[in-house]
Amino acid sequence: MSVLVFVEHHGDELQKGSLGVLAKAATLGDDTVAALLVGGGVRALASEVGSYGAGRVYVLESDELEPPTPQPRVDAIAKLVQEHGFENVLFANSVLAADIAAALAARLDAGLNWDLTDITSDFVGKRPALQDSIVVDVGWRTTPRLALFRAGSFDAAATSNGEPHVEDVTVDFEEHSRAAKVVSQEQEQAGGPSIEDADIIVAGGRGLGAPENFTLAEELARALGGAVGATRAVVDAGWYPYAAQIGQTGKVVSPKLYVALGISGAIQHKVGMQSSNVIVAINKDPNAPIFEFSDLGVVGDVHEIVPKLTELVQQRKAS
Amino acid sequence: MAVRASDYPPPFAACDYVAEPTDPVDERIEVGVLVVGAGPAGLACAIRFGQLLEEHPHVAERLGDVPLAVVEKGKSPGSHLLSGAVINPRSLRRLFRDRYRIEDLPSYGPVEGEAVYVLTRRNALRIPAPPPMRNHGNWLFSLSLLGRWLAERAEESGAMVLPETTADKLLVSHGRVVGIRTGDKGRRRDGEPSGNFEPGADLVAKVTVLAEGTQGHLTGVALDHFGLRSDAPQVWELGVKEVWRVAKPLRSIVHTMGWPLRTSARYREFGGSFIYPMGEDLLTIGMVVGLDYRDVELSAHDVLQELKTHPKIAKLLDGGERIAWGAKTIPSGGYYSLPRRLHAPGLLLCGDGVGMVNVPRLKGIHYAIESGRLAAEAAFAALQPGATPATALAGYDEAVDASFIRDDLYEVRDMRQVFGRGFFIGGALASAMTVSKGRLAIGKLRAEPDAEQPLLRSNRASSYPAPDGRLTFDKLSSVFLSGNKTRDDQPNHLRIQRTVPVEVAQLWVSMCPARVYELGAEAGDGTVTVEVAPSNCVQCGAITAKGGRLTPPEGGSGPEYTNT
Amino acid sequence: MKIAVCVKHVPEGHSRIDPASKRLDRSGEGALNHFDANAVEEALRLKGDADTEVVVVTVGPAKAADSLRKALAMGADRAVLVSDEAAAGSDLVATSAILAKTLERENADLVLFGQQASDADGAVLWAAVAERLRRPVVSQAAELTLSDGSLRVKRQTEFGYDVIESPLPAVVAVSDAINEPRYPSLKGIMGAKKKPFDTLSLADVGVDASQAGDAGSKTEVLSLGEPPSRGDARKIEDSGGSAAQAIVDFLAEKRVL
Repeated sequence: MSVLVFVEHHGDELQKGSLGVLAKAATLGDDTVAALLVGGGVRALASEVGSYGAGRVYVLESDELEPPTPQPRVDAIAKLVQEHGFENVLFANSVLAADIAAALAARLDAGLNWDLTDITSDFVGKRPALQDSIVVDVGWRTTPRLALFRAGSFDAAATSNGEPHVEDVTVDFEEHSRAAKVVSQEQEQAGGPSIEDADIIVAGGRGLGAPENFTLAEELARALGGAVGATRAVVDAGWYPYAAQIGQTGKVVSPKLYVALGISGAIQHKVGMQSSNVIVAINKDPNAPIFEFSDLGVVGDVHEIVPKLTELVQQRKAS
Repeated sequence: MAVRASDYPPPFAACDYVAEPTDPVDERIEVGVLVVGAGPAGLACAIRFGQLLEEHPHVAERLGDVPLAVVEKGKSPGSHLLSGAVINPRSLRRLFRDRYRIEDLPSYGPVEGEAVYVLTRRNALRIPAPPPMRNHGNWLFSLSLLGRWLAERAEESGAMVLPETTADKLLVSHGRVVGIRTGDKGRRRDGEPSGNFEPGADLVAKVTVLAEGTQGHLTGVALDHFGLRSDAPQVWELGVKEVWRVAKPLRSIVHTMGWPLRTSARYREFGGSFIYPMGEDLLTIGMVVGLDYRDVELSAHDVLQELKTHPKIAKLLDGGERIAWGAKTIPSGGYYSLPRRLHAPGLLLCGDGVGMVNVPRLKGIHYAIESGRLAAEAAFAALQPGATPATALAGYDEAVDASFIRDDLYEVRDMRQVFGRGFFIGGALASAMTVSKGRLAIGKLRAEPDAEQPLLRSNRASSYPAPDGRLTFDKLSSVFLSGNKTRDDQPNHLRIQRTVPVEVAQLWVSMCPARVYELGAEAGDGTVTVEVAPSNCVQCGAITAKGGRLTPPEGGSGPEYTNT
Repeated sequence: MKIAVCVKHVPEGHSRIDPASKRLDRSGEGALNHFDANAVEEALRLKGDADTEVVVVTVGPAKAADSLRKALAMGADRAVLVSDEAAAGSDLVATSAILAKTLERENADLVLFGQQASDADGAVLWAAVAERLRRPVVSQAAELTLSDGSLRVKRQTEFGYDVIESPLPAVVAVSDAINEPRYPSLKGIMGAKKKPFDTLSLADVGVDASQAGDAGSKTEVLSLGEPPSRGDARKIEDSGGSAAQAIVDFLAEKRVL
């Protein structure tokens, strides 16, 4: 059961999602898990990748390949699969990884299952469907098996293994793989993440009481490093702009953390956020429907709880 | 002094919806015949017209690229169609003659058996079906599904069906209806155009047929503009229904009377429920309540939830799953409330829009179909070379008058009104009328408009069950199951006075099955602001009956019924 | 110039999985995937008034024609529907093969996709199709400009913006931030019925039945499982201000803080 994991990085930081998949890969069999790093200066990261579970790290070091273009990476992985016969190639979802995995599937005529939250040691994938209301078992009919896992499905696990075996990879790239070029990259720290990209969302509903009270949500979001969302009811009432509306007729989000303040949890809102990883709800009404699908339900007054919560979060982050 | 919703009329004027064409002549969209509404009446009209064109191709040539177009405000034909439905097949047979038999249509089969019950809180007393309620020979359908099927037949017969298109204004020129102006798309809540604003267009035709169904927008405008309203005001029922997947199939159709509606004349709670099989694994259950009720806490939505808690009914639904919900009004003024005339220059009026419903039999679809069919024949006659359009269109009135539509409605002309006297007296009178086939009439009773009923409050809401999410549900969950995903950022299409006495506000809040209205801030003088969430609206039309006015929102908005 | 837009007809209303086929029940009403509407809109903007043909393509059942007509009503010039019994149940590998063959016939300068499908079945098709066409691919385009034989895309990432250039012909997947799709005008809707519409079979595009549908798929659905449990859901009451700390502890436990 040979497994290759594509490991992403940004600058000199390895992506947590990739490391999580690496940890999972290590549980899937006895063979050494291999990893691939592509980019500028990535050889320096190989050792760290090893410490997270890779026994063998393939390195394609090239400054030209530092920007996240998918197609050259497809060439690299295809070569490794063909040369070393990897039966499984695993990815943690990201825009880049999704493009690579799909193109690789076409290149190798291989099956790709995506949006997986788990995989068994006999290679049955678990995939939520229908807005996460159901889990489907999916399989592969041929090898190599390509698997794309939902971000955050697994935690990274540092090991006490020794140094990995590091091997340089050289690739003859396809002509079309090198045609698209990244011309510039701009870093933007514009006022917090957008709702679509945010890992953390703090959303406010009518239970906030008045439009002014949206500052509670804003301050908590700032402390947590997240974005602010709103229910249809408060957007309708003019308390918050439509761009922040989450729900059936607004945005559908699935952040790692969703904090619902004064939101009853009507189904129109639920379908916009129910696949969030962790849901915390604060509401005065103990019978609010949102408590039926939140991980932590808090019955209480948002006006009392949230300022204290914001302060505690700030303290914790400072320390 | 009693409070009446009619004392707070909506900011609405029919003349705002009548206009001359404004698009430059070469930009106006021209069709031969324009039908507004892809319901049974409108589609029957389109199908019949197509048959006539097939028999007389020379007429088709003169009608240009698009001999007949049907505009539909819903997402697609069927999206806004809701009924029981047990349909009398005679109109469908007349429409399709030798082309299709009833068996070829998407139905749930003929009615196999029926039962009528009078319910109390815990018991169900079976009574023999009163004559008007006998359904032998009738067929079970989902009107929404039938509408989809009819739309396909209409397109096959050459009609162009244009969904997501509202008829916003009646185009009138020199006293003659020349078409409609369609609604704008892409306006924001404040009325301003957004980035992808698409203005409506002038859609002109030689003959315009309004088949808009209950509370038809332009139908109401036309009745006012041409002075066609009858002396007797129209009145309505509100029907709310659900479709359930069930473990055990139902074999008979069931009607109930009595509980949970209250029988005292004081409350004027007229109505009953229906439970119809839909094949092997589905059934539909609905509640119909007259909108002349008086209690501000009456909520048809919640009375249906209450109904389901009856032991016999809960048993039917046990182990099942609610898969659809919807609501729609039914005009119930009957014969006397029909307009004085069903035509005007360039215009024909069909179906529920003008009140062609036989309330004691709970039937209206076959009248709608027949009226659509007759409208097609009149429109066709008007388009013959050498025809006098006015005479030809008047021929429509004559044809309806000579048809079973008129005969049936006349026979039951007083039946609805007597129920205003309470269930028991009303029931006795109604039976007497039926047995005598309408000869025992009690004189022309004038029904009061629903909005003029004096309001009272009697703690009605205390009997509604708390939603348990399995058998009983709240309004927002129901709206979700109607498929409603109306775009939020568009102008409010509901016209009401926003500051009204709390009783009127509560009336609307309870009445609306989609939770569009909510009580807002109190002013301290007994009045309250009414908050409106227009994107919940399923366009049932109840608000128009009870003191406000429904106008069509942006095309494609509203419910997306599939099997109601 | 020719721009091809790949679109999908997706189920509307309440999705359910058909227990027999274990795939999404597509028997009810459907509509143009709203992300694909962004792609159609972008093609129409790039077309402007120039001598450019916009072709919309889909692989699907007969009623997928509705979505193609919607795109024609918006202003696309021609539609191609590949509809074949043997194509039903195709996975990514099979679908991309069919689409690629269809697009080869068109030989467009630019192929556009919408960012994702609302039924989550066709995600990431663009990269697989680009690979089969051997063309450069750029995804998540928030801005797209064309100039002589090349394109320039601005795409948003978690860290900011990347600007990417590529020669044509190329494949681009547009994000829904790129534009606001237009409403078809009534004239557009009526005119759509007259625009060229080709319905092709697998044989017409040169795909063997063994490469399509279930036969051509390399993945499969094994069974439908239970809803994912929310694990140990907890509910607490705020007494004397204890809730705030309890929440922080919970967030730490879940490793989101």
